[in-house]
Parts: sequence; C-alpha cells; structure tokens
Amino acid sequence: MTAVEDPIKTTAIGTSMKRREDPKLLAGESKYVDDIQVVGQLWMGMVRSPMAHARITSIDTSAAEVAEGVHSVLTGPQLQDMGLWIAPLPCAWPVTEDMVNPPHYPAAIDEVHHVGEIVAVVLADSRYGAVDAAEQVVVDYEPLDAVASVAAAQDGSVTAHSEHETNKAYHWPLVPDPDALEAAFANAVHTVKAEFVQQRLIPAAMEPRGVLAVPSPMGGDVTLYSATQVPHILKVMIAATTGIPESKIRVIAPAVGGGFGAKLNINPDEILAVTLANRLGRAVRWTESRSEAAFSTHQGRGQLQTIELAADADGKLQGVRVHVDADLGAYMMLLTPGVPLLGSFLYTGVYAVPAFGFTCDGYFTNLTPTDAYRGAGRPEASYAIERAMDILAAQVGIGPDEIRRRNYLAGGEYFENLEVPSTLVFDSGNYGPNLDRALELADYDGLRAEQARRRAAGESKQLGIGMVTYVEICGLAPSRALGGLSYGAGGWEHATVRLLPTGKAEVVSGSTPHGQGHETTWSQIVSDKLGIPPEDITVLHSDTAISPLGLDTYGSRSLAVGGVAIAAACDKVVEKAKQIAAHQMEASADDLEFAHGMFSVSGSPDQAMPIQAIAFGAFTAHDLPDGMEPNLQEQVTFDPTNFVFPFGTHVCTVEIDEDTGAVELLSYVAVDDCGNQVNPMIVEGQLHGGIVQGIAQALFEEACYDEDGNLTNPSLMDYLVPSAADVPSMVTDYTVTPSTSNPLGVKGAGEAGTISSAAAVMNAVVDALSPYGVVDMDMPATPQRVWRTINEAKGGQA
Amino acid sequence: MIPAAFDYQVADSADAAIAALAEHGDDAKLLAGGHSLIPLMRFRLATPGVVVDIGRISDLSYINDGGDHVAIGAMTTHRALETSELLAVEAPLLRHVAGQVGDPQVRHRGTLGGSLAHGDPASDLPAALLAHGGSVVARSPGGEREIAATDFFTGFLETALGADEIITEIRIPKAAGVGWSYQKFNRRAQDWAIVGAAVMLGDDPKVALVNMGSAPMRHGGVEAGLAGGGGTDAAAVAGDDTDPPEDLNADVEYRKHLARVLVGRGIAEASG
Ligand SMILES: Cc1cc2nc3c(=O)[nH]c(=O)nc-3n(C[C@H](O)[C@H](O)[C@H](O)COP(=O)(O)OP(=O)(O)OC[C@H]3O[C@@H](n4cnc5c(N)ncnc54)[C@H](O)[C@@H]3O)c2cc1C
Repeated sequence: MTAVEDPIKTTAIGTSMKRREDPKLLAGESKYVDDIQVVGQLWMGMVRSPMAHARITSIDTSAAEVAEGVHSVLTGPQLQDMGLWIAPLPCAWPVTEDMVNPPHYPAAIDEVHHVGEIVAVVLADSRYGAVDAAEQVVVDYEPLDAVASVAAAQDGSVTAHSEHETNKAYHWPLVPDPDALEAAFANAVHTVKAEFVQQRLIPAAMEPRGVLAVPSPMGGDVTLYSATQVPHILKVMIAATTGIPESKIRVIAPAVGGGFGAKLNINPDEILAVTLANRLGRAVRWTESRSEAAFSTHQGRGQLQTIELAADADGKLQGVRVHVDADLGAYMMLLTPGVPLLGSFLYTGVYAVPAFGFTCDGYFTNLTPTDAYRGAGRPEASYAIERAMDILAAQVGIGPDEIRRRNYLAGGEYFENLEVPSTLVFDSGNYGPNLDRALELADYDGLRAEQARRRAAGESKQLGIGMVTYVEICGLAPSRALGGLSYGAGGWEHATVRLLPTGKAEVVSGSTPHGQGHETTWSQIVSDKLGIPPEDITVLHSDTAISPLGLDTYGSRSLAVGGVAIAAACDKVVEKAKQIAAHQMEASADDLEFAHGMFSVSGSPDQAMPIQAIAFGAFTAHDLPDGMEPNLQEQVTFDPTNFVFPFGTHVCTVEIDEDTGAVELLSYVAVDDCGNQVNPMIVEGQLHGGIVQGIAQALFEEACYDEDGNLTNPSLMDYLVPSAADVPSMVTDYTVTPSTSNPLGVKGAGEAGTISSAAAVMNAVVDALSPYGVVDMDMPATPQRVWRTINEAKGGQA
Repeated sequence: MIPAAFDYQVADSADAAIAALAEHGDDAKLLAGGHSLIPLMRFRLATPGVVVDIGRISDLSYINDGGDHVAIGAMTTHRALETSELLAVEAPLLRHVAGQVGDPQVRHRGTLGGSLAHGDPASDLPAALLAHGGSVVARSPGGEREIAATDFFTGFLETALGADEIITEIRIPKAAGVGWSYQKFNRRAQDWAIVGAAVMLGDDPKVALVNMGSAPMRHGGVEAGLAGGGGTDAAAVAGDDTDPPEDLNADVEYRKHLARVLVGRGIAEASG
C-alpha cells in the first residue's frame, strides 16, 4: 500500500470534454448499416403504392421475376400466405380502450391507405437490380376517394379505411375539474381563442434508414442491423410480431446518423428483412433512398389546435382550454396515438393556471403515418400557449415580458416539487431570473428602441422581437406514470459497471445513442464516480447481445434516466470496493474515505489504496471478506419517480423586408436551464440543433399534399431543410436549477431547443407585422405568405 | 433516386465527344460537372442509354482575353469564374453571378457550358450570358458556329444546340466600367432563384430575368424604358409579358411582383 502523491484529477463532470465519438465520425470510419457488407446478401426493392387510397385488383410480377439478378418477387398476399408474421405491426400506445387500430401489415393485402405503402417486394442480388425490377411489377389499382387532410377526415363523407364508418380513432380527455374550468371562462375579463396549424414535417435525418438481416450459419438465429434508436424495443417487437423467440433475435444499431424520433418505430422493412432472411437463409437488406424516406418513414406534427385563455383584468390566467385534432395518418405506428398526449400536460406552460382542460380527437387520413418527431407533442403545446400568451398580452395592453412575469409559477421565483393543474408535479423551476438574463443578453430595451425608430421612420425593413419561456417534460419516464397513460412499456433504464482486473472500467448502457455523444458523457460520469481517467473507460451499447436490457434513446431521457443508472451502479461498485479496502487495510469501512480513486483511512493519509488495486484483488479473490463474491461488477435498473422539467427563455429578432416578404433572422438568444450539466459543449450542441429544427418549422419546412393525398415535395430540392447558412450565430447561456427528480440533478436538453424556437420565431414575425393589425400567421412564414399577409392587412391591394 | 441502367464512355477530346454524339444520336448525353444531369437521372426524368463523360477534356477549361471579348472554355467551372481576375475587370456581372450559384461543392463541379446547355429558366448563369449580350460557340461534325445568347435559349430545357453539337466556348463582350447588378431572391442560401434579375446598363441596356418564363429571357419592355431614360421606373413593367411558373414557393402574381421589386433594385444598384 503506497500513498499516491499526485492523485489523478477526475473532475470530469461539468467540463466540455471533446467528444470521443468525433475522430471516427470526422474521418469517415464509423460504420453505418449501409457500410456493412455480407456475402450472398439479397437486396429488397419495394414496390410502393402511387395512390393514397385504392383497391389492388391485380399484380403482375412476371416481367420482374425474369429480370437479371432477381431472386424472387413477393406480393402482399403471398407474403401473408408464407406465415412470416403472427401479428400486424405493433402500436404500443392504445390511448383509450375503444381506440380504433386497423391492422397494419408489412405489405398491403388488398387495399392501400397511403402513397408509398408497400405492395410487393423484389429480392435481387444488387440494389440497382432490385429497384429496376420493382419498376417492372405491374399493379392495377381501383382508385378510391382519399382523405387528404384532417378537415376531410372530420367531414367523414369519405373514410380512409373502407371498412370504417368514421375516421375518428379516439377521443382523449384530460379535464381534471370541468366545473372550475367553466367558471374560469364565465368570470374572465379577457378571453383569447386562437387556432394554430402544426404542419406535417419530414424528419430527414442525415443518415436515411436502412436494415440488414443476417441469418446465423448455424440456423435459427438472426441478427438485424438497423438504423434505429431503439434496438431493445425493436427486438421485443420483432419477437411479438413474428413469433421468433427473443433468444434467437439479436439487434444491433451500429453508428446511427440522427433519428429525431423517426428511427424509433417498428417498420415494415425491418419485419420483412428479418423474416425473409430467416426463411431464405440469406442476408436480406434495404436502404431507403432520400425521396423514398418521405413515404417510408413516419412524419412529425400534423395537428390542428384550438386554445382558449381566460384571464382577469390584469392578464392573470384563470383558465386554459385546449382541443387538438390530430392527423394520425393511415395507420397507428408504435407511438402514433400518444404523441399529442405527451403535449397535453404542457398547455399551461410555465404559468400558474387555476383551471385546465384538454381534449384530443385522433383522425385517420390517407397520408403517411405520423409519430414522434423531436419534441413529440411538446413543441406543439409550447407553441400554442406561447403564441396565445402574446395575443393575450396585446389584448391586455402590456408587453410580452410583462404578461409572462405576471403569470409565472411561484411568481417567477424558485420552487420545487410544485403541482400544476394538469396533475403533474414540476421538479424545480426559477423562471424570473432566467427571463431577466435572456432580456439582458438580447439587449431587449435596445431592440425595442430600434424597432420604434424604424416604425416611426416608415422603413421598409421592420423589426420583430419574439420571446418564449418554455417548460418541457422529459426524462421519460416513471414506469407507473406511463402505465397511467396506457403506454405499453416502462420507462426505466439499465446500466452495468465493471471494474476489470487491469483497473479499466467497462460500462454497459441500455441507452442507445444516435449522435448525442453518450460515450463521452457516460465516461465523464464514471470517471468522476470511480476516480479513474476517462480514457480507461469503455462504453458498450446498442447491441442486444452485449446490452440485453435497455429502453433506448428518445424523449430526452438518456442522462436523466440512463446516466443516473450508471452513476448509481458506480456507487454500488465503490461501496463493494470499500468493503474490500477496509478488509485489506484492516480498518473499519466507516473510517474510509474515497476520493480521486483512492481509499484512505481518515486521519492517516499514508494508509491508502487505489481502486484499481482493489479491482485486481476482487478478481484474484485471494483475500476478500468472508462470503463476498469475487469481481467488481454491479448493475442498476433505475426507474425514476418523476419526470424532469427543463425550461428556458428564448428571444428572437427578425427583420422583415416588406417589399418581398422575406424574413431574416437577425439574432437568437437562448437561456436554457437543464439543471446540472455533465458536458456543457454537448448541451450547447443539442440546443443549437434543436433550435434550428424549430426555426425550420417556423420558416422553411412543410410536407405539402394535394387533395388526392400525393406528397408534392418529397425531395430535398422542394422540402426546405435549412442549413447553417440560413440561421444566425446563436447566443446561448444557462441558469442552473438542479432537478429534484434524480440524484445527479440533471434534466434533459435534447428536445428543448425545438420545443421553444418555433414559437419564438413566429412571435417575432407577428410582432413585426403587428402595426398592420396582424395577430397570427400560419407556419411556415414563407416570403410569399408574409408578403400576402402584409398586403391583405394593408387593404387587399397586391 | 437510383438511375436507370446506362452505358458510360469517356471522351478525351471535343472531337471524340462529337463522334460519340454522332454515333448514338438522341440516346447519348454529355456529362460535364453532372450537377444537373445526374439529379435528372436519379429521378429517372432523364434516361440516356449512353453517358459520354467530357469531364476530363482539360483544354476546354480556360478564361482568355479575346480582344473585344473574353473567351471562356465550356468546361470552366463556376468556381474558376468567380475567382477570375480577368472577369473581375472585363465581365464582373458574370463573375459575381457564378459566385451566387448553389454552394461551394456545386461551384467546384458545375461548368458554364453545362449550365447553359441545360437551358434551365431557373439557373443564374443563362441570365448573366443574356445580360452581357454574349454568345455560345458550338461544334459539330459539320463545323463550328457562333450562336447569340438571344437565339440560344429556345424553350423549357431546350436550346438551339443540335443533337450532335457540343459547346466549346462562351464569348462575353468586354464590359469594363459598365454599371451592373444581379438580384437573386431565394429562401435558403444555396437555393435556385425563386426570381432573379440581371441588369447591365451602358449604351445598350440589357435586363435578363430568372424563372419568369419557360426559358431564360430578356425583358424588352424594361430595356426600352431604360434606353428611354426611365431609370428605376422602368421596373414597373418587369412583370408584363412574362409567363412565370407556379410552385410551392411562389405563384404567378407573387413572381411578377418580385420581378418588379428585383429589377427596380437592380437598376438602382447598377446606377449607383
Ligand atoms: C445542390 C445544387 C444546387 C444548385 N444550385 C444552383 C443555383 O443556385 N443556380 C444555378 O444556376 N444552378 C444551380 N445548380 C446547377 C449547377 O449550376 C449545374 O452545375 C449546372 O446547371 C450544370 O452544369 P454541369 O457542368 O454540372 O452540367 P451537367 O449536369 O454535366 O450537364 C447538364 C446538361 O448539359 C449538357 N452539357 C454539358 N456540357 C455540355 C457541353 N459542353 N456542350 C453541350 N452540352 C453539354 C449535358 O449533356 C446535360 O444535358 C445546382 C446544382 C445542385 C446539384
């Protein structure tokens, strides 16, 4: 036992360590699904419906079958007859007992319900050959009228599924106290009623989706490589859908290039690849093309919202009433029906509201299914309340900052464990100082002065200033809370931490990264907890054979649930190591201190042992306390008791060119609070990306459909994803209000940017146009739409 | 997003390319930078049986002083144009416009000859050629001819080029000291123009519009107004006699409005 003079410095938590993932990514060495090649593989080529709603009358595969390199062509009915599956594709969230859930098979049997639905599959020995042969499959359709919007779905004269009598799938209410809500509106001095359209968005991750299913040469087992966020959930769902036992399925998510929710589904291609590989004994693969992705991967948003506010004479909220009509698309995918519900709890935002009510009707349409997309229900909610607050402020005649201050929970001061009317308990908040900091950084008073100057001078370029104080609900999730929402799984996360004989550590995490930098963050936590250098820590994940337990990455949950599990497992490792150290140092465990990787006896600093030596001792097991098991390996499955509630204030400034309608973002200030930060640089990166995704909804993106249900902008030429050149350099800062929901005091940061920024931008756009009496405008605020709005407001002259 | 099957040939000289065109006729397509052709092939909007790669013909890439004009090889990239010192003096409009095309990757691959031969009314460089009053030199088995810009663009993605003709050179009359402007309006930094306007003042003012008809076009009405000393007022008719497309970004009314605004701004900047 020797004293270490210069203990290793391990204050990794809170430092912006460079991401250990990046060298491989930057050098192009990371392996994505499409990079993995297997001898003898067959490519799937999908024959997709060009119609939104039609009956299939015949399929002629004869030309395709004899095309060069084609192995076989299988139609929907043929696939069905092969008995490849025992259940339709799963929906894990039956939000009500009577929810309508039409069967959704990997390929259509007799009726297609959206453009892009798979009708037949070609298997060929090359990707190009598969696509060429798919073009030669001749399908005859009898067209049926399509339901191409929520309005058409509500009208109901046509149903998206011929066998249905209505397009309504469910009605979901959350009205804790209907009488109080009635009374709030009856007694209100000010009321606001606003309708907002959350247009459909195409997630467009950098890496398209892809699958590769490889059967074991020994037979019976199949390994699926998938560009997925959810290998663990996928494994369970493949087993449930195909009848293949879980023990014979291994799912690996290799490097995954972004997901944003679009890679958390159970997709037809995944089931087809696994079952066909299993049946044929050959590897089966598919990679979606960019324009195929617009149909073959779910879309986001798609809601019509009506929000009503009741306030007293001072603009203090008395009640909030919300109704959402959700465009579910053609089928219930994994989480489709639940996405609007994830937002339901947030329609009162950061405000003290005595009475609240929310209802949602879900509708089927003949469009690509919707499901989770960055923020999933919460950006929509945040948008509605934050836009409505601006409308209320104008009505009361006070500024947007003042209306917020008057209504903040706890008067804008620090609080913890506060129950809000949507029945949730917010972990902690401190909104006033956060707003102060944002206004200061934005030079809010200076901006208002410049705005007034331009208005007075009648300049053609007008300023608009928009602000948002958001709160979001993440760290999904307490399993019991999910049960209360009828969700079909829990919300825990698993971690195993091993200290190996050489003194290096191995962490096995059930959180599955797809770009977030989990390996870096996890190694920082473990480094601090065990007192060993980050480079001695290996993080294992994303392979169900290596990490059998896990619930993956979505809902800004990884750190607040998975990271906490890792920290707790480290604590257990240290606790066991301490028992060994006490035994070997002949001291009482109570007298031992542990810091920077060293166990020492209080009061006699010469007596010390590094944790690495203990790890070796635990391995040799020569001298362990009586009855103790060898090795240092501990596991924890952490199930949080509450969600986490990050918040922040964003201030956005736009300049509107009244001659062209062009909206230019001049500045964007974001002051976020996600509690304690493990790696501030990673938090910053998450916020930048998230903010731009919200800006994209406000100004650029919309999946446009014609009345027959055809997507009119399926390529990135027409679907405008903004790039770095289209957004300003952001100014970011943070307040730190630790969460009370977990011992690390952390909240989530992955979706916060998107949950706040669309409303900040649109508040700024409307603010710029307010002198013309404009109170609202639909997203995206395209130049044409802005120009037309100005013209109409000026009295109609074009 | 996967092109149909095609044969691929490399031409090592302009003559070899012409010979390949003569052999395969309509079934062949020249491949220069590929930044218009390959997207069309990936969408299967173009399905040539033979692709003749002219990307390795190095002697078609130059920017030379031709006396009263600047002579530019067809394979000169947008990047070479936007960084040319000769163009900075003699044809600054063309140089500037080249720098407005797409993003740096596109500008390093795309060529002037390819952009003109493609004849897209939404492209920037055809408008620059028209506003400069330039010409295109085309070569076929029958010999060489020079085609004025005004005769070159004949319809939607159609030009005066014959099936066996290749552009070898572009000629731009020297325009040192003449007032000019290019106004490009788009939604994202790297996008095609929703509407664009190229203005060249001088004794014989020329105004060309982007995306205001089925082909790249000059606007006679505005030019007449300018020649008559109308100044920025000449922009008032910029929407007249146009036939702009309608798409998700802009309808006809809005495009005509943008044409008036952009031409007005262009005249003001060129005069300033
Ligand atoms: C992402 C992206 C953004 C873009 N943005 C813009 C933009 O903002 N503005 C803009 O104007 N353009 C834009 N472009 C188009 C770009 O400028 C193209 O490079 C250009 O239009 C075509 O040049 P090329 O050399 O790539 O031609 P290619 O694609 O190789 O060929 C185009 C056509 O011309 C023919 N051709 C080529 N060379 C000759 C020749 N010497 N003689 C006869 N025929 C020939 C080909 O057969 C083909 O039909 C963009 C392209 C991309 C991919």
